[in-house]
Amino acid sequence: MFRRLPDVDGTMIEVIIDGRSTRVRAGDTVAAALISAGVLASRAADVSGAPRAPYCMMGVCFECLVTVDGVGNRQGCLLPVKSGMRIDTQHGKREVGR
Amino acid sequence: MSELRDAYDVAVVGAGPAGLAAATVCARAGLATLLFDEQPAPGGQIYRSITTTPLKRATILGADYCAGTALAQNFLASGAQYVPGATVWNLTREREIGVSVAGSARLLTAGRVILATGALERPFPIPGWTLPGVMTAGAGQILLKSSGLIPEGRTVIAGCGPLLWLIAWQYLNAGARIDAILETVKGDGAASWRHAAAFATSPYLLKGLRMMLAVRRRVRVVSKVTALRAEGRDRVEAVAYRTARETEQRLPVDNLFLHQGVVPNVNLAMAAGIEHRWDDAQLCFAPALDADGGSAIPGIAIAGDGAGIAGAEAAQARGMLAGLAAVRALRPNAAVLEDVNAVRARLARFTRGRAFLDVYYQPAPQFRRPARDTLVCRCEEVTAGQIVDTVALGCTGTNQMKAFLRCGMGPCQGRECGLTVTELIAQARGVAQQEVGYYRLRPPVKPITLGELAGLPKNEAALRSVARG
Amino acid sequence: MSPPDVIVIGGGLHGCSAALHLARRGAHVTVLEKDHVGRHASGVNAGGVRRLGRHLAEVPLAVAAMELWHRIGDLVDDDCGFESHGQVKVAENDREFATLRARVDELTRLGFTHEELIDRAALKEILPAISDHCVGAIACRADGAANPYRTTLSFNRKAESLGVRFIESAAVTALARNGRVWRVESGAGRHEAAVVVNCAGAWADRVAAALGEPVPLEPIAPMLMITAPLPLFVKPVVGAAGRPLSFKQFRNGTVLIGGGHRGRVDRDTNRTELDFAGLAESARTVWDLFPVMRAAQVVRAWAGIEARMPDDIPVIGASSTSEGVFHAFGFSAHGFALGPIVGAIVAELVTGGKTNLPIAPFRIDRFVGRAET
Repeated sequence: MFRRLPDVDGTMIEVIIDGRSTRVRAGDTVAAALISAGVLASRAADVSGAPRAPYCMMGVCFECLVTVDGVGNRQGCLLPVKSGMRIDTQHGKREVGR
Repeated sequence: MSELRDAYDVAVVGAGPAGLAAATVCARAGLATLLFDEQPAPGGQIYRSITTTPLKRATILGADYCAGTALAQNFLASGAQYVPGATVWNLTREREIGVSVAGSARLLTAGRVILATGALERPFPIPGWTLPGVMTAGAGQILLKSSGLIPEGRTVIAGCGPLLWLIAWQYLNAGARIDAILETVKGDGAASWRHAAAFATSPYLLKGLRMMLAVRRRVRVVSKVTALRAEGRDRVEAVAYRTARETEQRLPVDNLFLHQGVVPNVNLAMAAGIEHRWDDAQLCFAPALDADGGSAIPGIAIAGDGAGIAGAEAAQARGMLAGLAAVRALRPNAAVLEDVNAVRARLARFTRGRAFLDVYYQPAPQFRRPARDTLVCRCEEVTAGQIVDTVALGCTGTNQMKAFLRCGMGPCQGRECGLTVTELIAQARGVAQQEVGYYRLRPPVKPITLGELAGLPKNEAALRSVARG
Repeated sequence: MSPPDVIVIGGGLHGCSAALHLARRGAHVTVLEKDHVGRHASGVNAGGVRRLGRHLAEVPLAVAAMELWHRIGDLVDDDCGFESHGQVKVAENDREFATLRARVDELTRLGFTHEELIDRAALKEILPAISDHCVGAIACRADGAANPYRTTLSFNRKAESLGVRFIESAAVTALARNGRVWRVESGAGRHEAAVVVNCAGAWADRVAAALGEPVPLEPIAPMLMITAPLPLFVKPVVGAAGRPLSFKQFRNGTVLIGGGHRGRVDRDTNRTELDFAGLAESARTVWDLFPVMRAAQVVRAWAGIEARMPDDIPVIGASSTSEGVFHAFGFSAHGFALGPIVGAIVAELVTGGKTNLPIAPFRIDRFVGRAET
């Protein structure tokens, strides 16, 4: 659980997280935006299906993998959010071709 | 990526202090210089978001952080070509680089390559470390620097090392609540105090002490923690711990930050074939380099924490030395602003005193070789018990272990499990870590899509490589 | 400890298989392996187990091997990860399809019926994800694939359980006659035996040269790639008639892509280097044949060290110069499936002087007179 410091720069933009329109801060990465929006798990572990969330925030752990604009397995911590971006957490079966 | 040329004089990988310094030196000397970095803005990890941080009160982060501003600005003005958002996934002995930017991959070559991919957090495998809500201290720092986010609710920081105190200090400055710091330092007095004299004259002593005392005044610190466990079902709900004196205690938490030092990020360097050796003081693998960071592969050097953990100022000095060596090799008559001997002296100053930190903050064995039920490979969900049992079956090496259990085969390519696997095998066999070695790393060191690969421009080599018959 | 009857040089699959089959016939065997068991081609290949598309000389061996594979647990007490969902070689146009038809006709004339010509509709049924432009294929429905490292280790373990001694880090440095036995010097000391079996893979030509029968062996580094897990969408192993491809999806969803593009190899340092331009060709092949794979992530590529003979078939049989020496090497990137049977052939040759399977095409002296020697 994280909260934003009050005196922080940034404009808010709209993205779509798991089908829901959500306001996030321009300049955040996708992973940071998910955390700020209170989304707990970014994906399910490959073998057990256990919920996983960003661990390192710097592109090392690969726990922050999400589907962005239809392309799966993107490292959310390396991608800045863009207005209108579609972000889907990766739970359950992924479709072939994503 | 159409503006990228096929060849450059110097290619630098990583925009932390070492990479920025190296690229600046080379570009100013007139070399065609290219710098790739994965992040959207320069600074690496230590100076993360130095040009873009949304924090209005820079004092939260401290003066050391702000020193990165000049470094970044000098680089941006140097004439080097800067490619952010770039993932370098391969480097060959002939200095051919495979890189992806915005979903498009290509190959190019450089006369000299300087790897400055820095460090990553040492794996800290405790039971429950994969639960949502458990993060590295570095992750917390990134959320603060890049997004102005601080933890809310019950927060515990656990582990050891100077960065533990730094993030705690920064959090307190920002007004975050910290319920406890669980420090896992062994407190092995004799070993560390051998190096105390050097430490006492180093720049680190006063800075570190001030920070630590400021934190200890305001936060409950539990010392000599010998065991840790994160508990919870779908997220972390509590952290259990033991010390030498107490039986198991439990703290309810919403956020648990783990940190036990940083280690070199070896994946690209190892995949390129640079020899690494086990460092018994820093308990990690570090590359074999000369005084300018040159490896045994001609034209490929490593600078910064990737050469050995020594902090930001040392990284900057190493970057300058690698850059100066590249200039000497490619343009010996170029005038350079920096005096090599002065830079070497600065490097010596900032590496003096590290030995003390290395020994004092060495992670305890139980946190490097965890209990049986602890996940070691997060990607493939392989436990310590499985690894130890597989050694007993006759599996004596890291790569055989990989083939047996799939540990190390996930996308992180061993970054979160490699050191743990080496240590477990070494202990189970009763041999040194150097003899066990590390995973045999291969490219791509980060995943690339089939589409990116298919889109690599065709060339003569491609036509020649097809098998006949 | 009494000296062994047989020294096997090389602890890959063929060395382990030869050792196992010899031990089953009561021989005392020592295997000398220069690195560790399964370190090279045996441990890192694509794991294809096929009769499909074999050089005609190999077909009888592959057919016999397939019978062993379907009962592999009886031989080595482990299923080796063997699964049989068929192998398919697709034709992307009518000309290629005509080539496949001619092939099936030829095999039928020779009495083999394991390769089946199938049309576009039948192909779509077993490979729904194949690109629409493919016109047909050859299918071997009882072919399959196994886990190469696990297989090699299973042969190794079973052989050990029958008394075979494996010595690793034991590179052979010299081989010479000493009276009635062969004296083998290695990194793990001297060993002597009446019989030597050369299963030294990409280094086997050095053993052959020491025996006065040099061969034009070429060390190669066939490249492979593996993806992140995908939902299961393809069961058979897939190849293409017109371009190099070996395509297989594992139970855990990862897809293995290989098939002929080579990297660079230095067999003195065990070092292979990948050629990404070549991997790009493999990627383009997959792109064309399986459009659903276009967003798949390649997480790793690698290349093993393998031996290729100029005619792309192995050397199997007795030495042409030296009594008591037998060869099994040079499998040219398709030796994995033959592992179980070639070891049996070697054991038959060693103990009885002959084998029922036709191995004349694999004789070591077939290269004599070639320019490369």
